Amino acid sequence: MSGPTYTSALELAAGLVILCAVVTLWRRSLSAIVKALAVQGVALGAVALILGLHQRDGVLVTVGCLVIVAKGAAIPTLLARVLASDRRGRETAPLVNVPASLVGAGALTFLAYGATRPVVALVATGAGRLIPLGFATLLIGFFSMVVRRKAASQIVGLLLVDNGIALVAFLATAGVPLLVELGASLDVLLVVVVLRVLAVHLWSKFAVLDLDQLRELHD
Amino acid sequence: MLVALILLVPLAAAAVSATVTWRRGVGWLGVGSLAGVLAGGVALAARVEHRPAITAWGGALRADALSAFMVVVIGAIGLLATWQSVRYLDAQIATGHCSRRHATLYAVLVQGFIAAMLLAVLAGNVGVMWVAVEATTIITTFLVGHRQTRGALEASWKYVIICSVGIALAFLGTVLVYLAALHAGAGTHATLDWTSLMALSHHLDPGVMRLAMALLVLGYGTKVGLAPMHSWLPDAHSQAPAPVSALMSGVLLTVAFYALLRFKAIADGALGVAFPRALFVTAGLLSLVIAASLLLSQRDYKRMLAYHSVEHMGLIALGAAAGTPLAMAAVLLHILGHGLAKGVLFLASGEILLVEGTTEIDQVKALLARRPALGGIFAFGLVALLGLPPFSLFVSELNMARAEVRVGLGWVVALSLACMAVIFGAVLSHGRHLLFGARGEGEAAHRTPSIVTVPLVGALVGCAALGVLAWPLDGLLRAAAQVLVR
Repeated sequence: MSGPTYTSALELAAGLVILCAVVTLWRRSLSAIVKALAVQGVALGAVALILGLHQRDGVLVTVGCLVIVAKGAAIPTLLARVLASDRRGRETAPLVNVPASLVGAGALTFLAYGATRPVVALVATGAGRLIPLGFATLLIGFFSMVVRRKAASQIVGLLLVDNGIALVAFLATAGVPLLVELGASLDVLLVVVVLRVLAVHLWSKFAVLDLDQLRELHD
Repeated sequence: MLVALILLVPLAAAAVSATVTWRRGVGWLGVGSLAGVLAGGVALAARVEHRPAITAWGGALRADALSAFMVVVIGAIGLLATWQSVRYLDAQIATGHCSRRHATLYAVLVQGFIAAMLLAVLAGNVGVMWVAVEATTIITTFLVGHRQTRGALEASWKYVIICSVGIALAFLGTVLVYLAALHAGAGTHATLDWTSLMALSHHLDPGVMRLAMALLVLGYGTKVGLAPMHSWLPDAHSQAPAPVSALMSGVLLTVAFYALLRFKAIADGALGVAFPRALFVTAGLLSLVIAASLLLSQRDYKRMLAYHSVEHMGLIALGAAAGTPLAMAAVLLHILGHGLAKGVLFLASGEILLVEGTTEIDQVKALLARRPALGGIFAFGLVALLGLPPFSLFVSELNMARAEVRVGLGWVVALSLACMAVIFGAVLSHGRHLLFGARGEGEAAHRTPSIVTVPLVGALVGCAALGVLAWPLDGLLRAAAQVLVR
């Protein structure tokens, strides 16, 4: 892949990643949020795939395919199972309402552009200009973990943080060494499995899925 | 060969534990495995103290004096914790709180946890180290929730969510270090090796390294329990089974701190000492202030110990901020001393919970009169933790303070002394309630079994010996500090 096609494909995929992050703040139905997350996973894999094709790097292409399978299919399926145990399935009372959250997302994007200036300056390629989008996705994930109260929403926030970081890693360095990349992806998968086990325990033993109900431990 | 062997011992023990149903013998196998790790650590220390680092598995594993020292720390506190695990599991099975299958799971996870920590300190590559630290989070989540109560599950949830975010930030920091190393002209392979990163450190881009170091301090700082990302720590440490609390507080926190020490050495080269020092001073002071303000109101003795960990992590962060060879040697001695003292206290608190059935400070009275051995161990543990002589924490705190004053951080020492005075008062008043008083009419003094007293008294004697004698650790501490300071 070369020239303008490469650049616009890369921009499209990276743009889709942050767009999906914004959608998770905008929608309140948890199943819609999980769908947005699946699309984001595919877009993230596409970024790696496009970079890999452009640089004729077989390893990166493989990583891209793996990311699409793991983050586009496996993790959303696991999350959907967590949601199946929760009948209401809506983020009922976020601490910050939707319009304010969207404004917050905009502000975080500005912040991301400011904070990443030295990184963008160092990379100095077409891909490098898109790095702030990864940081913005990360910050939106953080934000959503703080303001959302459902157990499932917190997992979504964590995955946004992780996808943002993966986007930065692909754009800045065309992927860290394969061993580390695979370790990192496997870890995320395991964390989601662990959280799912915990959520099922909490739900079946103590009927807890809202974090507001987790009030036993405090000072 | 030796390096790989140290890592394989707990893995082999885990594999054996997984194949047989739980019985006491499996517990003693775990103790034997940790004794092996400790012996391996000592042998490793003897080999690398005066010689360059040794590697194994094509550079994936690497051990210098600092790694050897951390292996010794893991081995020593792990030995204590697995020893007490035998007692913990026996009691849990006897009371019907835990099935044999669950006990097997516990034994396997503890050995896996030890192996992950060993990999973190023996990894030659920052990426592999990151994977190992993340693996500790996943393994310990199940150990924290082992008791399956509502509180334990809630603590595991918070633990895994907060630490996963933290460790994700550390990953981003690692990626940025990699980026800086690529642009500083390293080849694509070997760019994540400690050796090449240290060699390159003066050529790394300062702008990127500043962002990377901030993310690393925030990220690994979460696992260390440094404020403002400490909030998981009191919950996880108070809800986990006592031997797991001892391991988490005594070694896991400092294994994460080991990662920070290594990155600080690289950042010092790239940025000069001022910026990393500012980060460490901020995190350290904030931790001390938070520990001091929250310790006063604690009603649960395990939470009290947990906040004490936040305090001590703050202290070693301040020591590392000073960054001179004296300071680094003191930081490392403090890591070992704190591990031993905190291990003893958490294990003693597990025994108190077992015999008294509560973790409320108000519900336990006159421990010294009613259970002299257990009360005595707890009392001496507190004395050690408060940094009083003859225990090694006194020496290390004094040396860290001296080093801080020498580099112009006198105001930091003053502030930290104020916080420590508050903490001293708080712990004294809690401890007085717990320990002193007369026993009830006609109540005989209870004996404490030797499976509890022998290892814990041994650890306290060791901690005191380290405070009085410089030998045998002095040379190793100097060599390890030299790795971090150039």
